[in-house]
Amino acid sequence: MAKAKVITADEAAALIQDGDTIMVGGFLGIGSPGTVCDALVKKNVKDLTLICNDTAFPDKMVGKMIVNKQFKKIIVSHIGTNKETGRQMTAGELEVELNPQGTLAERIRCGGIGLGGFYTPTGVGTPAAEGKEVRVMPGVGGDREMLLETPLKAKVSYLNAAVGDKYGNLRYHATGMNFNPVMAFAGETVVAEVDVLVDFLDPDDVHTPGVLVDYIVRRGR
Amino acid sequence: MDLREKVGRRGAKLFKDGDLVNLGIGMPTVLANYIPEGVNITFQTENGAVNFGAAPGEGYEDPYLTNAGAMPLTIMQGGAYFDSATSFALIRGGHVDATVLGVLEVDEKGNLANYIVPGKLVPGMGGAMDLATGAKLVCVVTEHCDKSGAPKILKQCKLPLTAKGRVSYILSELALIKVTPEGLVLEEIAPDTTVEEVVAKTEATLIIPPGGPKTIEY
Repeated sequence: MAKAKVITADEAAALIQDGDTIMVGGFLGIGSPGTVCDALVKKNVKDLTLICNDTAFPDKMVGKMIVNKQFKKIIVSHIGTNKETGRQMTAGELEVELNPQGTLAERIRCGGIGLGGFYTPTGVGTPAAEGKEVRVMPGVGGDREMLLETPLKAKVSYLNAAVGDKYGNLRYHATGMNFNPVMAFAGETVVAEVDVLVDFLDPDDVHTPGVLVDYIVRRGR
Repeated sequence: MDLREKVGRRGAKLFKDGDLVNLGIGMPTVLANYIPEGVNITFQTENGAVNFGAAPGEGYEDPYLTNAGAMPLTIMQGGAYFDSATSFALIRGGHVDATVLGVLEVDEKGNLANYIVPGKLVPGMGGAMDLATGAKLVCVVTEHCDKSGAPKILKQCKLPLTAKGRVSYILSELALIKVTPEGLVLEEIAPDTTVEEVVAKTEATLIIPPGGPKTIEY
């Protein structure tokens, strides 16, 4: 079986250019690839579109890339923990597309599994419905208005896992899992930063199969 | 008894034994402290866990185990972790029995607004829209009026909505109000208030049940 290539964080950062769309795993920075985020700050690649749950904190993970003004657009569910994100949005320097969190996760999931989108009741009658097709869908609980949501994909998904093996198999720990498994499907290229790299994981312990993972970065390298 | 304790004690009695519950950030979390004896509740955190426990002691934090506010948690026997798509499948799919949310405004149609004040406060909805839409029972907990004394329970929300027509109960330091197709029913009032005071501090029309509201038992 093909092995995932072990690369440095700088090499991982070199996979993208100005203007690209990236996904970054994590929830308020927990389960985010910190070494890769630092390398992306160092590379100073600009005008990126970010797909991530949030923008963490100004001194953490993707939050540092916000402070370094590397994004032209972000697709997220929450920006309240990073004041710089709000400042750039208010100043018109950054486009912010807010999604309900479950809708965001499902859009990423659809992008990665070959589906064209989905209808959801979340956001009906709210600003999240603006510009979206609304359709009455039959259901067990009776007819219900639902919104059409479209899939999301990225050039590169940058993930974090507690343990990875030489085949790219990943095992997350606790709530560090969050958006990482769905983003593993939705990136054309997938990079996983792991805390520990082992020869092989017990197949029963694999959360994300290594067939999805192109590159492994070891945390801190 | 302060606002939080009042809301916590009465609110915790809205749950049924065996419920899966998600408490919003802020005031709703206080309900976890007052679950009646003999009632077993499983709590979910939207970032991907059920059956979590209290904050760990200093030095015992696991950097990968936090709540939706990035504060350290512990996990209990029977606990489980899952990814965000699964977490929101539990929520959207109707597998969460109850959620308790804070609000900026709530109205007599059961609409709630709690995630944005245009031009002032734009943190994003996070999981609030999903919870308000997907949980089987949506309860909002709030100060009856805002800091300036203006009512928060309105005829019609003015702020952008988080969800339309999804609220079942409104609980404040003064009253427990049930949202019905006919309007807001004043089911219970605190022992230290009167129907007149609650009506005066509520913009929405309140339906007074025959015989008057019950007194809240804390």
